[in-house]
Parts: sequence; C-alpha cells; structure tokens
Amino acid sequence: MRKSLRPRIPTALLLVGVAVLLSSCGWSLWDSPMTTVRPKSGFGRMTNEIFMLISWWTLGIGIAVEAGLLWVCYRYRERPGQPIPKQVHGHALLEVSWTIAFAVILLIFAVPTISVIFETQAAPPPTALRVDVSGRQWWWEFKYPDLKIVTANELHLPAGQTISFNLHAPDVIHSFWMPQLGGKRDVVPGRVNRITLAPDGPGEFPGQCAEYCGMSHANMRFRVIVHDKAGFDEWVANQQKPALTPTHPLAQKGLEVFSQNACVGCHTIAGVSGGALGPNLTHFGSRKTMGANLMAATPENVAKWIENPGHMKPGALMPDLGMRGEQTQALAAYLLSLK
Amino acid sequence: MAAEHAAVAHNPNIGTTGLDHRKMGMWAFLGSECMFFGSLIGTYLAYKGKSISGPGPHQILNIPLTSVSAFVLLMSSLLMVLALAAVQRNDMKWGKIWLFLTAVFGAGFVGFQIFEFTHFVHLGLTLQTNLFGSTFFVLTGFHGAHVTGGVIWLLAMWWLAVRGRLDSRDTLKVEICGLYWHFVDIVWIVIFALIYLIP
Amino acid sequence: MATHAAFMPGTKATSGSVVWSWITTVDHKRIGILYGVSAFFFFLVGGLEALIMRLQLAHPDGTLVSAQKFNELFTMHGTTMVFLAIMPMSAAFFNFMIPLMIGARDVAFPRLNALSYWIFFSGALLLHLSFLAGAVPDGGWFGYANLTSHQFSPTHSIDFWMLGLQVLGISSLMAGFNFIVTIVNMRAPGMTLMRMPLFVWMSFVVQFLVVLAFPAITVALILLMFDRFFGTLFYAPAAGADPLLWQHLFWIFGHPEVYILILPAMGIVSEVLPTFSRKPLFGAPVVIYSGIMIGFFGFGVWSHHMFSVGMGPVADSAFSIATMLIAVPTGVKILNWIGTLWGGRIQFKTPLYFSLGFIAMFTLGGLSGVMHASPPVDLQQTDSYFIVAHFHYVLFGGSIFGLFSGIYYWWPKIFGKVLNEGLGKLHFWLMLIGFNVTFFPMHFLGLIGMPRRIYTYAPDLGWNFWNLVSTIGVFIIVLSLLVFIGNVISTARSGKPAPADPWDGRTLEWTIPSPPPVYNFAVEPLVHDRDDFWVQKYGDGHGTPPRKVTPPAHVDTSAIHMPPPSYWPILLAGAFFFMCSGALVSIYQVVLGGLLTLFCMARFMLEYHRPAGADSAGGHH
Repeated sequence: MRKSLRPRIPTALLLVGVAVLLSSCGWSLWDSPMTTVRPKSGFGRMTNEIFMLISWWTLGIGIAVEAGLLWVCYRYRERPGQPIPKQVHGHALLEVSWTIAFAVILLIFAVPTISVIFETQAAPPPTALRVDVSGRQWWWEFKYPDLKIVTANELHLPAGQTISFNLHAPDVIHSFWMPQLGGKRDVVPGRVNRITLAPDGPGEFPGQCAEYCGMSHANMRFRVIVHDKAGFDEWVANQQKPALTPTHPLAQKGLEVFSQNACVGCHTIAGVSGGALGPNLTHFGSRKTMGANLMAATPENVAKWIENPGHMKPGALMPDLGMRGEQTQALAAYLLSLK
Repeated sequence: MAAEHAAVAHNPNIGTTGLDHRKMGMWAFLGSECMFFGSLIGTYLAYKGKSISGPGPHQILNIPLTSVSAFVLLMSSLLMVLALAAVQRNDMKWGKIWLFLTAVFGAGFVGFQIFEFTHFVHLGLTLQTNLFGSTFFVLTGFHGAHVTGGVIWLLAMWWLAVRGRLDSRDTLKVEICGLYWHFVDIVWIVIFALIYLIP
Repeated sequence: MATHAAFMPGTKATSGSVVWSWITTVDHKRIGILYGVSAFFFFLVGGLEALIMRLQLAHPDGTLVSAQKFNELFTMHGTTMVFLAIMPMSAAFFNFMIPLMIGARDVAFPRLNALSYWIFFSGALLLHLSFLAGAVPDGGWFGYANLTSHQFSPTHSIDFWMLGLQVLGISSLMAGFNFIVTIVNMRAPGMTLMRMPLFVWMSFVVQFLVVLAFPAITVALILLMFDRFFGTLFYAPAAGADPLLWQHLFWIFGHPEVYILILPAMGIVSEVLPTFSRKPLFGAPVVIYSGIMIGFFGFGVWSHHMFSVGMGPVADSAFSIATMLIAVPTGVKILNWIGTLWGGRIQFKTPLYFSLGFIAMFTLGGLSGVMHASPPVDLQQTDSYFIVAHFHYVLFGGSIFGLFSGIYYWWPKIFGKVLNEGLGKLHFWLMLIGFNVTFFPMHFLGLIGMPRRIYTYAPDLGWNFWNLVSTIGVFIIVLSLLVFIGNVISTARSGKPAPADPWDGRTLEWTIPSPPPVYNFAVEPLVHDRDDFWVQKYGDGHGTPPRKVTPPAHVDTSAIHMPPPSYWPILLAGAFFFMCSGALVSIYQVVLGGLLTLFCMARFMLEYHRPAGADSAGGHH
C-alpha cells in the first residue's frame, strides 16, 4: 500500500461515516411507523430528551476519539532514521483528569435518568383510564374493565388522557411495545407490570411484541388507534353493544357454522359464545387487521386463516378444524359483519 | 549470576509462592463452589414462604433429628483433622482408621439424609409438590451429593493406604481432601441454619 | 535442539501416529492450537448461521427459511459465537501464550488442561448433535424461562442446549482453576505481579470471572434441568415461581461473561500497541487496575439486561448508576491506548491494523452501551436491533478484531512463519468495511422500531432498505475471511520461516525460538522489569542500560523433564460426554456413564501416584 494513501483511507472512511450519520438527520427514515424518535406522548418525549442528550455527547466523544486516533496514527507514523521514541510510562495528572471528565459526563446523563425513572414509574392518577393488556402466544388481548370492553389486537385510546396499562402474561414472557408512544415493558407471568402514559393526539401506528416468545414471535403485532374524545366515545359506545345479528344470508350461514363448531370453545362473541382461549370476536368486523395485525381483514384473508392458521402464523394455537370452501366463506362473511 | 541460569525447581508442584499448585487449585475450586452453593441458597431464600400449597418447613422438618446428623458431619471434620495429623506423622495405622471413620461418618450423614428424604415423600413433600419441595430437595440434595463425592474420595484414599500406596509423602493429597471436606461441612452449617433454624 | 515442522511445534514424533500424539498431548502449545482451530471452525459455522439469517431478512416477508428454522439459527448463532468461537479462541491464546509470557514451561496442571479441551470438544459436539436429532435449540442464546419449560418447549431442543452449556461450563471452570494457579504460582523469578504483561493480567482477571460467574449459570441450568426432567417448579409461574429467577441467575453469569469475552482482546491490544509504537503502554498500572475494577464491579451490574422487566424505580436506578460507573474504567482504557500511540514510532503492520480497528469499533460499541445504561432510553432500545448493533460492535468490532490482532501478532511464534502482510491488510480493510456495512445500519433499524429475533417483517415499516444493505455487508465479511484462509494456506505452503523476534517485541515470548521447543525456555529467565525483553535490548530510557543476557555455553536440554502425553484426559472427557448425553437417551446410559466417569477420574488422578512398593513420590499431575 502506498505510504501516501495510508492515512487517507481511514480518513475517508471516517468522513463517509460522519456523512452517513449527519445525512441521517432530518431524513424521512425517522418518520417510519415504528419509529422511537418521533414521540407522541409525554412519556415518549421524556425518554427521547435523554436519548438526544446522550446522543449528542456520545457523537461528540465518538468523533473526538476517532479523529484523535487517526491523528496520532498519521502524526507518529514511522519515518526512516527515527530513533527509539521516549519510553513514556504515563502521566498521572492527565489520566486522573480524563477519568474525572468522563465521570462528570456520565453524571450529566445520570441525573435526568434517575429523575425520569421515578417520574415515569409513579402511580397513575385516579382519573387514568385503565387498560388490562394480556400478552399471549401470539396475540394481544385488551380489556377496559371500567368500560366493560374486551377486544383484541387493536388498541383504541383517547388522546390527551392518561392511560394506565396493567400488563398480564398468561403464558410466557412477552413485551408490550408501542414505539411511537414510548418504551416497552415486559409482560411477565406471575406479576402485573404497569406503563402509564398519555397519547398526545389522534393517530394510528403499529406495536409489536419485543421479547422472544416462541415460534411466531415475529407475528405478534398489534395496532394502536388514538382518537380524539368524540371519536373514542363513539368507539366505546359501539364496543359496548352486543354482537350484531347478521342480515346477509351468507353471514347468517356463518353464524350457524360458528355456533355449531368448536369455535365457541375458544372465542367469545357476546351473546353467542363464551370461549376465552382466543381473541374476543364480538366486534371483529370493526378491526382493520387480523391475526394480530398480521394482514388486512379481508374476506379472502379471513377464510385463508380459518382454513390453515398455521400457514399464516407458524405454530398458531388455533387448530385447523377442517372447514373449507363455503363454510369458511360464510364464517368470513359473518365475522366481518360484526362491526 | 548463578540464579540467572537456574534449572527447573526440584519439586515441580511447588510454585513461587511456596504453596503447592494443587492446594491452590483446590482453593480456586472452593471459590467457585461458594458461588455455586450461594446461587442455590439464594434461590431457596427467594422462594422461602412463596409456596402456594403443600407442606411447609415448619410442618415437616425434624430439627432434633437433623441436628444429630449435623453433629455427625461436624464430628467427621474432627476425624478428618485426626486423619491428616496421623498421615503427616506417617502413622498409617491410625491414618487408615481415621480416614475410614471420616468416610463412615460422612456416609452416616448421607444415610440420615436419605431417610429424611424418603420420610418427607411419605408425608407428601416431593420435588414437584411446591416451591419448598423443589428448593429444599435440590439444595440439600446437591449438598448431599457433594458429601457423597467426598466419601468416595476418602474411601479411595483409605483403600490406597490399605494397599500401601499412601503415607506421609502424600500429606498434601490428604490435606486437599481435608480442605474439600471441611468446606462441605461449613456449607452444611449455613444451609442448616437457613433452612432448619431460622423461622 | 529439535527441528520443528511448522504445524507440529515442540515435539518430535515419537512412536505412534501424529493423530495419536495430538489426542494425548498435554503440551499447552498444542492444546492452544487445538482450541484455536476449533474456535475458527465454529466461527465459520456461526458465520454461516448469520449469513442465512441475513439472507432471510434481506427482504420483507422473506421465505428462505421457516420461522422455526430462523429461531434455531439465531439461537445457535449466539450460542456458537459466544461459547464455541470467542471463548475458545481466547483460550487458545491463554494456553499458548501465558506460560511463554511468564517464563514458565507449561501450565500448573497439564493433563487437566488437556481435559478442559476434550470436555469443550464434547460440549460442542453435544450441542451440534441436536442437528442430527432434528431438535436444534430454539430458545435464544439466553433461553429465558418460562418459554424453555416443558410446556412451551416440548421437544429435546432445549435439553441439548442445556446439557451442552453445562458441559462447556465445566470445561471453562477447569481451565479457570488451572490458569489462576499457573499465573500466581509459576511466574519466572523477578516477575512480580506488576511486571506481568498486560495480556496475562487481563487473562488473570478473566479466570476469576470464569470461576465466580459460571457457577451461577450452572445453577440456572440445573434448575431448568430439574424442571424439565423431574417436574420441579423453579420456573413454574402456576406454582408461584418467578420466571425472573432465571434472568437474574443467567445475567449474574451473563454480565461477567461479556467481560470474559472482551478482556482477552483488550489484553492483546495492550500488547500489540506498545510493540508497534515502540514505547510502553501508557499508564500500564492504571490499565491493570481498570481491568481489575471492571472484573470486580462487573458482578454488580447484571440487571441492566433487565430494565424492561419491571424491577421498580429503585432497582432500575441502582443498576443504571452502577453501569455508568463501570463505563469509566472501560472508557479510559481507550485513552490509554491512544496515549500509547502518541509520541511513538508507529509501524503499520497487520497486527496493529486490527488493534486500531478494535479501538475504533469498540469505542462506538461502548458509546451505544452508555445509551443503554439509562433505563428510560433503554426501554426503547432493549430487544431491538439497536442492541444487536451495540453488542456486535463490542463483540465483533471489539473481541474478534482483537483476537485477529493476536492471531497475526503471535502467528510467527506459534507456527514459525509470518502471515503475508499484503493479504493481512486486505483482510483487515475488507473486514472493517464489511463489518460496518453489516452492523452500522442496525442502529437505524433499532431506532425505527425493529425488534430482534424476528424471522420476518412487514414491507411497510421502513425497514427494507437498511436490512438489504446489512445483508450485503455480510458478503464483504465472507470475502475477508476467504482472504484470511487463503493467507493461512499460502503461508503454510511457502511462507518464510520466522525469527524468534519478528516484531522487535517487548515480552518474554520473543526471547525463544519460533515455534518454541517443547520445553519453551532452555534456561528459566530472570525478570527485572515490565517489558523485560525490551529493557534487555534497549534499556528503559530512564537510566537503565541494555542488559546483555549471555546464555550458558552448554545447556543440556535433554535433561529438561516435560510431562509425558496421556490418554486419560480424552477418555475421561469421553466418559463424561457419554454420561451427559445419556440424559437424552436413557437412565441406564447416565448410570453407566457415571460409573465410567468415576473410573476414568480415578485412573486420571492416580496416573502418577506411585504403585505399591515404590520409593519415589509422584511428581506429575
């Protein structure tokens, strides 16, 4: 390698790295649906502030260290005829100084960190809306005990109101994560964890399980829809109604199929069945997605799911009951009619 | 200058600290054993009082009986000291006797434990009954397994002595076995206190 | 004395085959090579697992492998890289270099050393037999309860993982005891602890970490084994147990484990930088004390892996502060290393490149680690690709680069040839570029919400582009490894023989031939300084002049008695393997294996005990 090129390659790489980093600021990448850096709640904002604080410092330290490394390599590279360099063993004052400096910087991170920990884990106010979240292999149940609503996989929240999520784990450890609203909290069998936050304003974004929980961990997603007050009240009112009676003949056939098969053992449709192993389907038709935010709730997808849950979601605990053709189409029509 | 061209030390087992490698190795091993039993004891303490059903310690532990077996194990440590002293002064007649008796006492402790375990099973406490069952049997069982290992080691040394292959030249080997044996005894004191004595 | 073929340092072939001599070796140098070859093999295996995962993730809704296969891949990739690649590669260097660097002829317990290797081998075998059995571990490399319970993992996959790790743990523990005694008790005269080379110091701290941390995972695995085989309730929430018990026990091991993974590489870097800067390590005592502090305090930060489990604000705060504290000794080392280069006369050879790469990459990994130390921030980052980026920067950019630095640095000593410089530099640049292309984008992916351990992802989340870029990076890494392998092969065929001291080194290993004779030192060295060899050659620059050491005219090296080979290590390891694998087969195999193990143990321990009627005391162990 030519001597003149030697210092230039690492410098070039460092510049490329810095360019990538800088160009990543203000990029639409950060507005992705699962972003953690566009917080939509006070909880998220407090987190993001500390993150930005630490990020700027570490960026600065990182650039200084890398540049320093490159500079010493360039400045002290061997040149012909040089004697053995001075055998310096250390410099006590310098070493103490940079140790203290580093400790002080960490103190700058520690103070807001501790403060935010206590603030965000404080008990929720009595006016908070309570949501009981159950993470199960591989879907999410959401109960609103005060509103007497049970639903699954689609979480509706009122903007501007504090919500207290109580996290339950009937089977294994999962993690409840809505990145745009803030950090995650694990759901752990045998204990009830809690997250408290207030979404800023209306919006829609995905959430996902963030603790490996078995075969379809990747498919354990959910959807969050934040409404303004009026919209939330409307949603609540609808969810509190019992299941709609189907009017279309195919949907009526679907109700028949549902009631006469094992479906009733696992699923609840208010007024029809009381199974509690699978998601509550009372208002399935009001949800935009299915399979835990795995795919759009269309007639084809619903039918495909019923015919072979394991194909769409490997390891799914819902068995293939052997239903095909008109049966599944009827079921799909019925379920989608449950607005 | 002669030191600069020194040959290898005459006894390859003694190191620069003056300690035998094997003794130092045993101490390092006992350090890991502290963490091993510490983790098991920590598990026991974490689950103490958390069983949701089944017999608990106060209902089932026989403290007087276990105190006797603890005493037996303590006495075995005394016998171990006597064994080491005998081997050191090359009195292999007594060396064999004390080694054998140490093993017997150790086996006696294990016998007590087997009796205790089977008795508990009769009373309805098994590994699977509740958290107390799981933690109790695993913690004391692994300790008992360590005692058993020590008993086998002691019997092996006794047998070597019987065959004329153990004498004062092997003092270090007996000493190392003694270190292990005393450690296992001390662990029992801790376990006994935490499980049986502290409410 | 003896002529040495490049790949068989130290012994003339005696009776019996070459293979047999390797199987029965108790020579630390050969055992080191065995570890090194095994580690590199498993590094490639783990790398292949990573390649397949990245191919699956290159596009959304990928269908290259099934969910089950992917889950197996990330489990085996992590387990393999940690336990079968990085740890044994470090062990290769502990084995080969520690005795040389302290002026000893072997380790304290040569047969135990061989036993450690064969038990490691059987642990690796047990883990990989799972492929043949169609029950590949799939619980993640840290196997959280209660997913690993029988109820949720009904196949043998977790059993293979559990038993394999137990066996590997035993191997590491034995090596830990061996090296502690070796370093404390076998240093050459005059080598006080503070005159010990940095690599020996860091390795010394590592052995204490091993000895004190592995018992925690041993217990965690025992509890899991009892749950799965005997129905105990340690991780059964229905019985009132807490799945977090596993996490606590695992991370009490797991956090010291990451220091076990990084400290050897830091030790290597602390040797390479002074050699190629031609001046001493800047602040060597401070670097030593930092290593000790990291080791000690490393036991106090484990729950920073558990910030999302709901331990409560007090515990979160305590572990956060402890974690930030430990960043101080870790971070200042970087400045000590830069201080070493400063004012030096830097020779840009391949070992130095990799050490520089270590510093550059470890800095980045350490800085992202500082972010994780803050629980609120960590709640967004944990279990996302941001964490994956962090630990690959410290483990690959850190440990692996450091280990490659050691490989190129000590290759001449180990094999008697210098690896080709041009190919070495090409390897470095390709690896540096490939590594960053693969792992830097993962920071972005984590920040935009990609969780880890997912076999696929939806196309509308903005994750597509950087996943593709990351996958492309893997191919550059593969290319770099091909260059390395090519270098090894071509050097073996036609490389120039290396002198004893190819780099104008500072420490004792460079005072003996390359490769060393079986007895290492014909004459036990007498040490006066840290970097004693350098001071011998050049003086210390502060008044002590160079010291010419004249070896005596005739040293009868045939009188140097080295421990003879033994087949008991491999037999004992085999019996132990038979017993442990019996847990997956039948109780009879366990019992029979146990008896065989006891038998082999007795024969091993009595191998040099005198027979009845003999006069001399046993000398070997």
